[in-house]
Amino acid sequence: MANSTAAKTKVEPAQPASMMSIIAPAVGWLVPGAGHLVQRRWIRGLLLFVSIGTLFVLGLLMQGHIYKANGGDILDILGFVGDLGAGGLYIATLALNGGQGAIAFAIADYGTKFMIVAGLLNFIAVADAYHIAIGKKR
Amino acid sequence: MTVQLTHFTAAFVFAIFASVVFGITHRETTRDMIRYSLYCFVMFLGGILVAGWAMWLVRK
Repeated sequence: MANSTAAKTKVEPAQPASMMSIIAPAVGWLVPGAGHLVQRRWIRGLLLFVSIGTLFVLGLLMQGHIYKANGGDILDILGFVGDLGAGGLYIATLALNGGQGAIAFAIADYGTKFMIVAGLLNFIAVADAYHIAIGKKR
Repeated sequence: MTVQLTHFTAAFVFAIFASVVFGITHRETTRDMIRYSLYCFVMFLGGILVAGWAMWLVRK
């Protein structure tokens, strides 16, 4: 009776927090794919860097608009959150005063969405780097 | 410098890069990553085409 309760409860061993579980997501946010590169997943890291980087840069070249922190309507806030996911690319773009034009034509609208999606994809990549760091994924 | 893409080219580019990221982050083995990327690519591009034609039908 006491044994049946203990048998049913299965406790997962705690994963010790490692430096890599902090470093990989952090560098992965700053530079897309870097979280995988520091963990020697070279091809994955390179593909992530090229994919996310190209989407973001193409978005800029298509005259897309980049969102800053704002208290405006929900879509502006979501745009900011998406753009923020691109990390270093977002910071560098703001520093160089890029992406400040109005969305004046269709291709600029695509560009804006490209940059937001690049940021969101980088969030997924950061989560993946974290899972590799804690041993949840090979 | 401004890059001008057609609507289809923009959709194609988006589908390729998003599929690569999805494949890498959602699967474990290389073979599964490639298969899932291809699946996502077909879904992205196919979905865009279907949605476009559906909108044309609605407008018509």
